[in-house]
Amino acid sequence: MCAKKVTTKSEDVGTTGHQWDGIEELNNPLPRWWVWIFYLTVIWGLGYTVFYPAWPLISHATQGIYGPSERKAVDDDIAAWDAKNAEVKAKLVAADVNAIPADATLKDYAANAGKAVFNTYCVQCHMREGQGNPAKGYPTLSDNDWLFGGTMDAIVATVSHGVRNTTDADARNVGLYMPAWAENAAPGPMADAASAKLTADQIGQLVNYVLKISGQSADEAKAAAGMQLFADNCVACHGDGGQGNRDMGAPNLTDAIWLYGGSEAQLTATIANGRGGVMPAWSGRLSEGDIRSVATYVHALGGGE
Amino acid sequence: MSDSQNQSLYAAREPVFPRRVKGKFRTLKWWIMAVTLGIYYLTPWIRWDRGPSMPDQAVLVDLADRRFFFFMIEIWPHEFYFVAGLLIMAGLGLFLFTSAAGRVWCGYACPQTVWTDLFILVERWVEGDRNARIRLHRQAWNAEKIRKRALKWAIWLLIGLATGGAWVFYFTDAPTLLNNLIHGTAHPVAYISMAILTFTTFFFGGFAREQICIYACPWPRIQAAMMDEDTITIGYRSWRGEPRGKQNVEGNGDCIDCMACVNVCPMGIDIRNGQQMACITCGLCIDACDSMMDKIGKPRGLVAYMALTDEARERAGLPDKPVWQHILRPRTILYTVLWSGIGVALIVALFIRKDIEMNVTPVRSPLYVTLADGSIRDAYDLRLRNKHSEDRWFMISATSPESTFVLQLEGTNDLKVKVPANETLEQRLFLIAPRDSAAAKAERTPVRLWIEDQGTAEQPKTDRVSKDTTFAGTGKPD
Repeated sequence: MCAKKVTTKSEDVGTTGHQWDGIEELNNPLPRWWVWIFYLTVIWGLGYTVFYPAWPLISHATQGIYGPSERKAVDDDIAAWDAKNAEVKAKLVAADVNAIPADATLKDYAANAGKAVFNTYCVQCHMREGQGNPAKGYPTLSDNDWLFGGTMDAIVATVSHGVRNTTDADARNVGLYMPAWAENAAPGPMADAASAKLTADQIGQLVNYVLKISGQSADEAKAAAGMQLFADNCVACHGDGGQGNRDMGAPNLTDAIWLYGGSEAQLTATIANGRGGVMPAWSGRLSEGDIRSVATYVHALGGGE
Repeated sequence: MSDSQNQSLYAAREPVFPRRVKGKFRTLKWWIMAVTLGIYYLTPWIRWDRGPSMPDQAVLVDLADRRFFFFMIEIWPHEFYFVAGLLIMAGLGLFLFTSAAGRVWCGYACPQTVWTDLFILVERWVEGDRNARIRLHRQAWNAEKIRKRALKWAIWLLIGLATGGAWVFYFTDAPTLLNNLIHGTAHPVAYISMAILTFTTFFFGGFAREQICIYACPWPRIQAAMMDEDTITIGYRSWRGEPRGKQNVEGNGDCIDCMACVNVCPMGIDIRNGQQMACITCGLCIDACDSMMDKIGKPRGLVAYMALTDEARERAGLPDKPVWQHILRPRTILYTVLWSGIGVALIVALFIRKDIEMNVTPVRSPLYVTLADGSIRDAYDLRLRNKHSEDRWFMISATSPESTFVLQLEGTNDLKVKVPANETLEQRLFLIAPRDSAAAKAERTPVRLWIEDQGTAEQPKTDRVSKDTTFAGTGKPD
């Protein structure tokens, strides 16, 4: 008969020799076609090493006659996406900068592309979501206070040329500093920028005046004395009421936002030793499309004007 | 030391040539085959009107648009828990049926069984019944063998093609795809899927057959844990049958060793050896044995559905337990309760789900932003879903027992956004707590965000959905 009984007695097939708690495993053979498939996978595996990079040699490895490369695959992917985005990118570069946020298509593309640009080039200083780093004076980009303006064209200009750098002639505030007002300030451009030298007492009076106009608790007597010092030395940049001046990147001293901190000690340090933050120019490193993209992203972080 | 050193690595398959059999279980299997194959092949062709711009296929897995349509139900990817629930129910259902009635799934409803049955039907039609097939198997290749094999394989391939063909229809509009397939303009994935399924059907149903159940399928192993001595399964009444041998010889049992039960078995096993892993409990040996018992004038039921406890009771001269006592046991009741509990929960979830939905992800880096006037602003990323088939405007608002907030939507001066039909929209929301307000100073304030569907002109429906989240303030109470 063809339909023979299935043989599963240990004397027929033997055991694997494995034993656990008295339970033995019968060494039933595999069906023949399973074994064929096993040999096929071995052949397949060898073929794979011929077609794909595999065998290590002294200085490199065999590259495979099929010559695949993950680098090339990524490059091809990027090229394919660039080609797909070429049209909208061209539109982005040609568009009126201030009209980008209102154009749904451009904004959608630019904000997403800009996020990638931001997280590659900007996030190291300005931190995630543009939260800034007050300890180092890297401005918060998601609030609604701007040193040089928060409109699209102002952001694009700042990103393109940077601030006080030595590489871009059009950088903002080249040679302009928050002067170091202390009489014992370290020599340098910031000390040179001070039109007068102030004593520690005078600086204390000035600090209390700034505390007062920014709505914080201050020593009234010192603040009153500081008012004249402010009028003499500070209004040229920060304005009569301390509202700041974006043409010079002079911050508004009456609001709740401080680039280097608004406490008495932090203000004293700022006035005594001066400030002069630097931002690199990106026009040489980023394309116009990328700059516009990142500006759109920053504009949409919550403070765009 | 292993004692299998000189043993061959593999064994040739023992070919199985199931004989044709008639009986109530065979009839039941024909009906189940017709119904299950009918459901499989015809379901993609059922139409279901969902209105314009929506697919009109009753059952459709729309991978491109990430939607699953099942008659009046539409499942979005985030509602995948419905599918998970159905899978758990399928698992529990399998447990329930196995603990009550053994491997009924394997014997009657498993696609491997159904398609193998169909393939054997074709084989029998082309090559004849068991003895003819054995003869053909053993004879040398000649014109007759080539003709029969070629015809059989051709029909198998056609069945495989239809199987693969039906499968791809579940994933796109069936009439359009059929038209494209015929004209050679369908997507390559359709052809590749059909080719793979044609091959697997051809190979699994035509050649691998019982080996899939014995070697490839995990279920025969799991079933051992699902079955117990009260489970109804197929057994051989050895107390009645043994010693097997010639009829009417004094001392012999009822089994005349005619091999009918073995010859009809699609798994190629002998049920008289007792419960075994390869048995799929298809019931064909019962039909074979019953017809033989009828012929020799002995009572039916030498091979029958029975539980192990029944066997012991019969040996002791006691009557069988009634079937309901085998089926209604704590174990099966527990499975039923779990199964129906999940089923009820899924149905309730299906009816209470809304046509609009919102997910809220608070932006936590940074926790908050101080604005120039000293107010504190938090950002939230909203995912707004509109399941209606037309665009809807969502009005956004926020309520909090402890504070009031100024709301601002990124990119618009309005507090409402248009969510396109059948889509998810991502929108950033800003909540601003005025300077010195309780929320600005507190570390955390609970806040509930609302979306209100503005409806359409004809149907100014106002569905409301809310999500609770928190507002992060400075945490400096001064």
